[in-house]
Amino acid sequence: MDLLSFFPEWVLTHGAALLVVLPLLLGAALAVVPSENAAWAISLIVAILCSLIAFALCVQTFGGESLTYAMGGWDPPHGIAYVIDSLSAPVLFLISLMAVLCLLYALPSVRAEVEPKKRAPFYAAFLTCLAGLLGMVTTGDAFNVFVFLEVSSISTYVLVGMGASRDRRALNASFNYLILGSIGATFFVVGLGFLYMETGTLNMADMARILRDLDGGSRVAQVAFAFIIIGLGLKLAMFPLHVWLPGAYAHSPSFVTAFLASTATKAALYLLLRFTFTVYDFEFNYVNSSVMFLLVGFGIAGMVFASLQAIFQTDARRTLAFSSVAQVGYMLLGIGLGTAAGAAAGYLHLINHAVIKGALFICLGAMWYRFGITRIADFRGLSKTMPWTMGAFTISALSLIGVPFTAGFVSKYKLAAAVAGEGWWWAVGVIVVSSILAIIYMGNILKEAYFREPPIVNGEVVARNEAPLMMLIPMWALALASISIGLNSDVIVATANNAAELLFPLADALPGGIFQ
Amino acid sequence: MPDLIFTHFNYAVVIVLMMVGLYTIFATQNLIKKLVGLSVFQTSVFLLYITISKVEGGQPPIIVKSYGGGDHASLTETVQVASAAPVGTHGGSYGPEVLYSNPLPHVLILTAIVVGVATLAIGLALVVRIREVYGTIEKDEIDKLDYRFNLEGTDG
Repeated sequence: MDLLSFFPEWVLTHGAALLVVLPLLLGAALAVVPSENAAWAISLIVAILCSLIAFALCVQTFGGESLTYAMGGWDPPHGIAYVIDSLSAPVLFLISLMAVLCLLYALPSVRAEVEPKKRAPFYAAFLTCLAGLLGMVTTGDAFNVFVFLEVSSISTYVLVGMGASRDRRALNASFNYLILGSIGATFFVVGLGFLYMETGTLNMADMARILRDLDGGSRVAQVAFAFIIIGLGLKLAMFPLHVWLPGAYAHSPSFVTAFLASTATKAALYLLLRFTFTVYDFEFNYVNSSVMFLLVGFGIAGMVFASLQAIFQTDARRTLAFSSVAQVGYMLLGIGLGTAAGAAAGYLHLINHAVIKGALFICLGAMWYRFGITRIADFRGLSKTMPWTMGAFTISALSLIGVPFTAGFVSKYKLAAAVAGEGWWWAVGVIVVSSILAIIYMGNILKEAYFREPPIVNGEVVARNEAPLMMLIPMWALALASISIGLNSDVIVATANNAAELLFPLADALPGGIFQ
Repeated sequence: MPDLIFTHFNYAVVIVLMMVGLYTIFATQNLIKKLVGLSVFQTSVFLLYITISKVEGGQPPIIVKSYGGGDHASLTETVQVASAAPVGTHGGSYGPEVLYSNPLPHVLILTAIVVGVATLAIGLALVVRIREVYGTIEKDEIDKLDYRFNLEGTDG
């Protein structure tokens, strides 16, 4: 492809390793950098390099090609292999691009929310987290997944806890997350142990081959599957296991929330796809039934109950956090369908939701930056005091609801079509109900902002006070991305279809963009 | 049933430890005790991995014959003394008949131990900060303070 000629040869040969090694090494180095501006600049450069590499890998794998990188020259299955294919490359690009956009916004935001001497180490923790997330997605070795899962989780606990200088509840939230996150990771590693007992290998491709030869394997493999699903379910905030999420999103520094909401649960969802459909096979009886009942059941429950909970929150960040749990429900419903169309819809919603939630949380962060508000009741008249921020917020809110010509509509339409294709009309009904609930909870916020006058402080109406440019750029970039996906979804739908075809190699050709 | 427990004694211990750990995490309100529970829970997994790597009659997985063909006869002898099973001839090469325990899970679990230590360290650091800020390390009291904060926007 022509695009590839822009990249030097070494990017294409060593890209998979560089993606992880670059942020990991520099993350460690940043811990001793004294200046916060230098730390920020280094993080930004690393994130930009990562997203360029990830983009090159995306282009390279777009045709369905898969790249295997033998770490340290040790050939798989004995060495650790990094595998880039059309399922992982878009997630890599998404994560690193969100890192770039969030970092642009971080400079003013972190200055306002984190104590001075903690700012440089804050960026170190962020880069480590980025390395962990990218590693989770690149690696083709099951135990390596656990290591990177914990690298990203442990640095996330630190990042969430840093919110304490703004809101002391961050400490409690971080501790809850630490306990539940560690339980999740430990369940995952128990599952890996059983899987290793069954197959005698740690390479994911090798595991898949052996499990297929064994026709699904004995009860050991089944127990392993149960442990892995529960462990990943905790990490990706599957409905009844989501209790850590609202606290962690509501009280951490707003930069951390924006980054986590758009990447952390997405990386875990990617792992769920990888383990359910690649390592295990949907043809196995126990996989089929547990995915069908567990993921769909909890997905639907999450869509309804988490949306209901979102309506009754008084804090806007908690509203959006519960909404995230509900949106994970949509993705689980798509994945749980067990068809290529369903997986494509879930994958599409994964990407779109990252774009939407990233923008929404950046807007909320900007509102806190200017006025120190997070309660919905304090949002009075924001359309007049922060018109540009509120504009981006409104576009993303409409996209979250699923209004036509926005990204949210494309993925919800695809999901509904996939669900209806299976004849599950009741599930289409649930999607509609959940979208109506989304209108109510997002409407609550928009109503305050648009239909009430700005408050009067010290006898004067609060004057217009727009967010700084460094915040406006990423939020509008994401809001416009939302609209452009809504207007022309061909590329992104093709990406999702490629990913789904990798998971279901025997499936028929999937339909393209929705307006064709 | 007793037979099953005695033949799979390690697994029984793993299950007991795992349940003790999980129960402790959820039953206690004290944050330190929660971390203790978490550590017990993680330790049970270490034991599980070590158990599955054991090969009946297997030796410690140490390569004593050097790659370059050098003579390490004395080392070989020590291993032979340590193991009950008779192995090869004196100074001879290790053939396929030698049984090793599987070294891989041991290596994996070293990594998991490091991860566990890091988690514990972060957890304890958080507890210290929580104690400084809230003045308590009991979960129910912290939640009560947070709840009041949510309602009134102050510490009350």
